[in-house]
Amino acid sequence: MEIPVLECRNLSISYYTRQGEVPAVVDFNLRLMPGEAHGIVGESGCGKSTVALAIMNYMGRNGAIVGGEILFEGRDMRTMSAEELRQIRGAKIAMVYQEPMASLNPSMKIAEQLAEVPMYHEGIGEAEALRRAEKMLVQVRLPDPQRIMNSYPHQISGGQQQRVVIAMALLSNPRLLLLDEPTTALDVTVEAGIVDLIKEIARTTGTSLIYISHNLGLILETCTRLTVMYSGEAVESGDIHAVFDEMRHPYTRGLFNSIPLPGADKNSRPLVAIRGQLPLPHARPAGCYFAPRCDHFAAGVCDHRPLPMRAVAEGASHAVRCARFAEIDWAAATLPHTPREKVLAGELVLSVEELTKHYTVESSGAFLVGARRTVKANEQISFAAREAETVAIVGESGCGKSTFAKVLMGLEDATSGRVQLGDLDLANLPVQSRNERTIARLQMIFQNPFDTLNPSHTVGAQISRVIRKFGVERDPEKVEARLNQLLDIIKLPREFAHRRPRQLSGGQKQRIGIARAFAGDPKVVIADEPVSALDVSVQAAVTGLLMDIQRDNRTTLLFISHDLSVVRYLADRVVVMYLGRIMEKGSTEEIFAPPYHPYTEALLAAVPIADTSVRKRRIVLSGEIPSPSNPPKGCPFNTRCLYMMAGTCDAIPPPQREFAAGHVIACHLPRETLLAMEPVISIAPA
Amino acid sequence: MAGFLAPFRQPRRIVGVMLLMWVPLTLYVMFGDGLGGARFYVLMPAIPATLLLYVLAITSWRESPVALIGATLVFFWLLVAVLVPYLPLVDPNKPMAPFAVIGAVRNDHLFVLGADFKGRDMLARTLWGCQRVLVWGVSATMVAYVVGCLLGLIAGYLSGWWDQGISFVSNVLLSFPVMVLFILILNYLGPSGFNIVIAVTFASAPAIMRIVRGITLDMKSRDYIYAAQTRGEHPLRIMVFELLPNARGPIIVDACLRLGYTTVAITTLTFLGLGLQPPDPDWGLMIKESAKVAMLFKFSYMLLAPALCVSSLVLGFNLMADGLREMSLRD
Repeated sequence: MEIPVLECRNLSISYYTRQGEVPAVVDFNLRLMPGEAHGIVGESGCGKSTVALAIMNYMGRNGAIVGGEILFEGRDMRTMSAEELRQIRGAKIAMVYQEPMASLNPSMKIAEQLAEVPMYHEGIGEAEALRRAEKMLVQVRLPDPQRIMNSYPHQISGGQQQRVVIAMALLSNPRLLLLDEPTTALDVTVEAGIVDLIKEIARTTGTSLIYISHNLGLILETCTRLTVMYSGEAVESGDIHAVFDEMRHPYTRGLFNSIPLPGADKNSRPLVAIRGQLPLPHARPAGCYFAPRCDHFAAGVCDHRPLPMRAVAEGASHAVRCARFAEIDWAAATLPHTPREKVLAGELVLSVEELTKHYTVESSGAFLVGARRTVKANEQISFAAREAETVAIVGESGCGKSTFAKVLMGLEDATSGRVQLGDLDLANLPVQSRNERTIARLQMIFQNPFDTLNPSHTVGAQISRVIRKFGVERDPEKVEARLNQLLDIIKLPREFAHRRPRQLSGGQKQRIGIARAFAGDPKVVIADEPVSALDVSVQAAVTGLLMDIQRDNRTTLLFISHDLSVVRYLADRVVVMYLGRIMEKGSTEEIFAPPYHPYTEALLAAVPIADTSVRKRRIVLSGEIPSPSNPPKGCPFNTRCLYMMAGTCDAIPPPQREFAAGHVIACHLPRETLLAMEPVISIAPA
Repeated sequence: MAGFLAPFRQPRRIVGVMLLMWVPLTLYVMFGDGLGGARFYVLMPAIPATLLLYVLAITSWRESPVALIGATLVFFWLLVAVLVPYLPLVDPNKPMAPFAVIGAVRNDHLFVLGADFKGRDMLARTLWGCQRVLVWGVSATMVAYVVGCLLGLIAGYLSGWWDQGISFVSNVLLSFPVMVLFILILNYLGPSGFNIVIAVTFASAPAIMRIVRGITLDMKSRDYIYAAQTRGEHPLRIMVFELLPNARGPIIVDACLRLGYTTVAITTLTFLGLGLQPPDPDWGLMIKESAKVAMLFKFSYMLLAPALCVSSLVLGFNLMADGLREMSLRD
């Protein structure tokens, strides 16, 4: 019989903190055969990274394996000496982390860092090591490996850095490769390239993979088996198709219900969030850890232990940790949801006409003064938004969406163009010159929940400040009444007014951010990736809340995002941006169906979808997003476009082609070619 | 005990208790003569306030022994400062028995720490001496902080010309050796407590400004600052209410360290004759006055007593800074 590369048996890991022993992982089992790719999926705090660190036997001073064993090629890693572990780490087990920049030494050239690996582990000479390093860079499909070898990490882009890290991990020909959220810090189209590479490694090298991610779609693309973790324990594991199509744990189903799959719709099939919150490690319930949030909880069954993993059927590898999985009617309609009426858009609220924002950067060297460059952050942006409508602005980093938000909010002046809010042109009206009513009508929700609230002030003080500042209420009692009303709207207890941000979870902070934006009764709210930093189940709740408030107030929402799944779910109209220009705009249905702009097409293909019945056309863009300070001539997308026509696309800015009222594609391709495009996503009949 | 202390743990109340300790002490030392007959009673409310602060400090810093030792040293001297008028001590300025050594008994008075060359009781002088060092040292540091923080916030938040101007002036000031700067300023302004405050401000504010500027630069791109900007808050309000409270961690640690430096600086200045003027006792002054006589080993106690006092206070500030930093890193 073949020996598994890695086997975890009843593994339990604890951290010792000032509050005493905190169990981080409880009773974790995993069997990884050679060449297999195993996914571990779960939300933050579920212990998935702890498992990876335990496998590397690298838990820091206050962590320890308190039970079970980890067998690497049949040998228990706990009995190995420090020297043996050192031999194995990096040579037989390699790891790729989330932040590529943090994994590379900023003061060493790529060549030196790469050559170090085989020189240390195999004792080969430098020339041989360098030769091998370069070969590996070719293998991870980095263009121009010579140049990369002679660069420092900061001189190459994030996607290239992650490829270098993967190359470094593969250099010693490891038996096991651990990938901890390897693409989370990257843009979607870049991520697609890395995922492609990881799939290829799994197929060609025979290395076993453990892929840790919060993204079910990525796991589906890369792995053959997966384990779903919740609050420190595995709740479901098995073959990827078994788990995706016949999930047998309420938490897994909750997860799938809270991610926007192609079938979801904000009106007819809204997302269903998992209620409640992840329990803190020292406050877990006595029985099933998921019990307080579970719809199938039964007293007497679910509230005591032991609760082992049980095979779904005799002999099946699909196992769940649920006492009632056999009793639950899994065929019944997933979860009750209430369809809602479609909101009709009202009159025109915001119109942006030919908005252009250029920055002048003085690149002054030591003696050279005055070398001026222009960064074209926004170029001729035009679109309109109606009352109660959601307009999504989609784009990856450097597409100019943040600059656009700043111009709109009055933190930057526009170079030219108009931004019409009601009968007021805001393009060159800085926020200090706007009157309070105008400021209150245009508010913003920020991306990072850990940054959106001032850590020094209580939640109540921060919201009250907005209420007073915008003159909604002045009287202290009325301010408090309004504050309580807002807390009720965002479904947080009123006591939270006295809390400080550090006492709140990410999702709760983001709710407060929403309350703050809506405190002054705004007409237009700009939401800059409001849910992208949140966990999946929390995302659904926050998105739902945002839409409810929008619906009640008939607010116009400008939703900035890179995540097309979320955009498809909640936007009415979409604007796709790339390097400061609009590539395509139209209604959501028009954007998600052909004809596409080639960039939209690639973006759609890049988004991982956690649904086994969805078939996607495979489109992987080469290269990286060019720097906005030095954009390509002609069409900004020409360097990566699969339809690039030399002589046209790289010389002349693309024409605006209108396909339907309001559906505009900026592309040189002939109408017929665009119209003849096939859909990227199709749902195969089950 | 804990239940009794709980109401005082709110930041606002702590500041209140601190003021209750500090305002009487400052009034007593800086404007004592103007208080007339009320002078004797002025320090009374400060005694319970100081005790309460000490208890608050040791109960909330239990996890750091270093901070506990530091706080104990500092609060020892603070307590002495507020209690000293009510202690059974002889007049510190009254010549009684010149050169009485430690433990000598003259005129029915036990000289626990001996007497100096003019015959003044060393114990009384040492204990009284802590008042001036503490009050002027802390006041000078506080003024330096107000100026430094404001400049740092302006330079960091408004950047551009403001930053260039403020940074340039700071760099010029920082390029002077500190003592030279002190001596220049005090020679020009003349020696007095208030001028020490000005001199310390000139010497310390640039360094404080740099710290605050750095923190401000780091924080001003946070979303909550954008949020304040997008609701049209005045820049001054953003600086003071949104940025400054978040810089308090590093500022408090640095302030403790800087209190130590300032104590040393004031003592040195007094030693040089540029600081507080005789006859009132002051550690620096005591060292200066006894420096010549204390060449004889027999009379070295005249130097040792004030020198050890200065060291213990400075050590207290430094240990407190260490402990606070340790605790801030742990969470």
